[in-house]
Amino acid sequence: MIRPDLVCPAGTPAALRDAVDAGADAVYCGFQNATNARNFPGLNFTPAEMEKSVAYAHAKGAKVLLAINTFPPAGKFDLWREALDMGARFGVDAYIVADIGVAHYAATTHPDVRLHLSVQAAASSPEAIRYYCREFGVKRVVLPRILTVGEIRDMGREIPCEMETFIFGNHGLMVEGRCSLTNYVTGLSTNMDGVCSPASQVHYEREADGALTTRLGEFVIDRFAADDKAGYPTICKGRYLADCRDAPYYAFEEPISLNLSTLLPDLMAAGVHAFKIEGRQRSRAYVKAVVSAFRKSVDAVLAGADPAFADLLALTEGRKQTEGAFKSKTWR
Amino acid sequence: MRLTIGPILFHWPAEKKIDFYARIADEAPVDTVYLGEVICSKRTPFFEPHLPDVIARLERGGKTVVLSSLSEVMLKRERDMMEAIAATQGHEIEINDASALLFASGRPHRLGPLMNVYNDETLAYLAKRGATHVCAPPELPGASLAILAARGRALGVGVEAQAFGRASLAISARCYHARAHGRVKDNCQFVCEEDPDGMPLKGMDGKTFLTVNGVQTLSHAYLDLSGEIEALVTMGVSDLRLSPHGVDMVAAAQAWRDALDGRISSVELKRRIAAIVATAPVANGFFHGRAGHLNLAPAHGS
Repeated sequence: MIRPDLVCPAGTPAALRDAVDAGADAVYCGFQNATNARNFPGLNFTPAEMEKSVAYAHAKGAKVLLAINTFPPAGKFDLWREALDMGARFGVDAYIVADIGVAHYAATTHPDVRLHLSVQAAASSPEAIRYYCREFGVKRVVLPRILTVGEIRDMGREIPCEMETFIFGNHGLMVEGRCSLTNYVTGLSTNMDGVCSPASQVHYEREADGALTTRLGEFVIDRFAADDKAGYPTICKGRYLADCRDAPYYAFEEPISLNLSTLLPDLMAAGVHAFKIEGRQRSRAYVKAVVSAFRKSVDAVLAGADPAFADLLALTEGRKQTEGAFKSKTWR
Repeated sequence: MRLTIGPILFHWPAEKKIDFYARIADEAPVDTVYLGEVICSKRTPFFEPHLPDVIARLERGGKTVVLSSLSEVMLKRERDMMEAIAATQGHEIEINDASALLFASGRPHRLGPLMNVYNDETLAYLAKRGATHVCAPPELPGASLAILAARGRALGVGVEAQAFGRASLAISARCYHARAHGRVKDNCQFVCEEDPDGMPLKGMDGKTFLTVNGVQTLSHAYLDLSGEIEALVTMGVSDLRLSPHGVDMVAAAQAWRDALDGRISSVELKRRIAAIVATAPVANGFFHGRAGHLNLAPAHGS
């Protein structure tokens, strides 16, 4: 059985140290700009922080994967080029990329840095993945969260690179890298700016009956009764009205987190090379708890023991969890 | 400037598609028509038998026919479809998923709006591998589109932009039409056919927001770049795409042709397009680098 890398989120240098100390084999992180898909205020690394953090991780035997996984709009490519150049200078172990122009620049200018294909590239078939491997020498693909375990196993037999799968965290519904819902509402683009449902455009409004309405920009995303816990207004997790429905419903998906802890043995048997924990925007406490729990579980499976799954429910979005598409294609 | 009719995104019955294309062939002043199911592989068997006749009809009408691929590829039959379309002889193809690039690289092909050509570096790379024409993502701002168009001209590659019709905002593995009706993709019973222009989704304040089309989510507002026509011409965009809806597409194409040929002003074009759309708002925010749903006055600048 392959010993899978545990790939952990680092939104800040402190979170990076926590993740490394908690047993991460690799951390992924980005610069404080549009070059990465979690371009949130207060998050990510200055160049100086990146350099120090790479040194910290390497001293403890952990790898640093640099996310440069957005799509530069024409006229702004230099920012992405600079991010790649800095990453190489600081000795990052791999780039996580999505844009073809970015992949080409990385492969030709920094051929010694491994290339990982971001989930933002939306490569969901062996042919798409083989294309990126052939053209740019991609060494690992981050698979979209839409495949069953069986499909992942079959995929592994048809591609010449490693596979990384998400195992915990946000359960993105839309094909990553193909969603402009946020830009339609806010003028900030997930693909070009690395922004999804920006806090600066979130509004909570208390109605006369005590209900709480949540908006993104000028659009109502959900409404909660006075005694309900209000969720963050993400467009694909909102409740809407449709003519064929009697009541507001989650048109896309409920606020729910992905948790594949019980599927870890199956995923390892399917040949997955790396497990990814989502959540660069989450707290240090989250990173510590989730990384420690999955470290124990993965090591237990490798030792042939029953994985002791910590209760991670408290850390999940809306305190609900799902195995999403991984367990059954009826999810689709 | 050429005008194109994009692929039909919605699940129209085959007869409706045949009638639609007959009218386009005979009456619409467009240069190019994209044919093929790009959203859901389950829909393909209905129209496929009619494809040769429709192609012939359009070509008799003087239109260039381009075959468009699926945008999301997971299943074996979808993978086979991509390999087959990449092997097409006699017609140009438009690729909407990287899987077809594995086979089409090195041979001439077009790239659709879901191939994410956002910048000139990507454009130049793909042009070297056989791309002859790209359609930009609808969210690409005008300033970037201008750079892309300039590079396209230098490379001899066509650069197309969608000028009319609801904007594709997201694709998913899950079918939201089936979900709305308490089903899943595998037992959808083609419920998406009930909504020829997509299923409107409203916020809880009753304001229409999005449009569901199977696995695709589109804007409620129609993208309308009629106010930006001069900027589009000046920057050298080669083709403008009109995305088919249940409205009078021939009238929309005629209005655009009239404006491009100087017979009507951009103000008159915008007025005519708003009248053709009638039941939904129009929007041009993306072009101006603003929220996509906004409808900004042309004076706002590009």
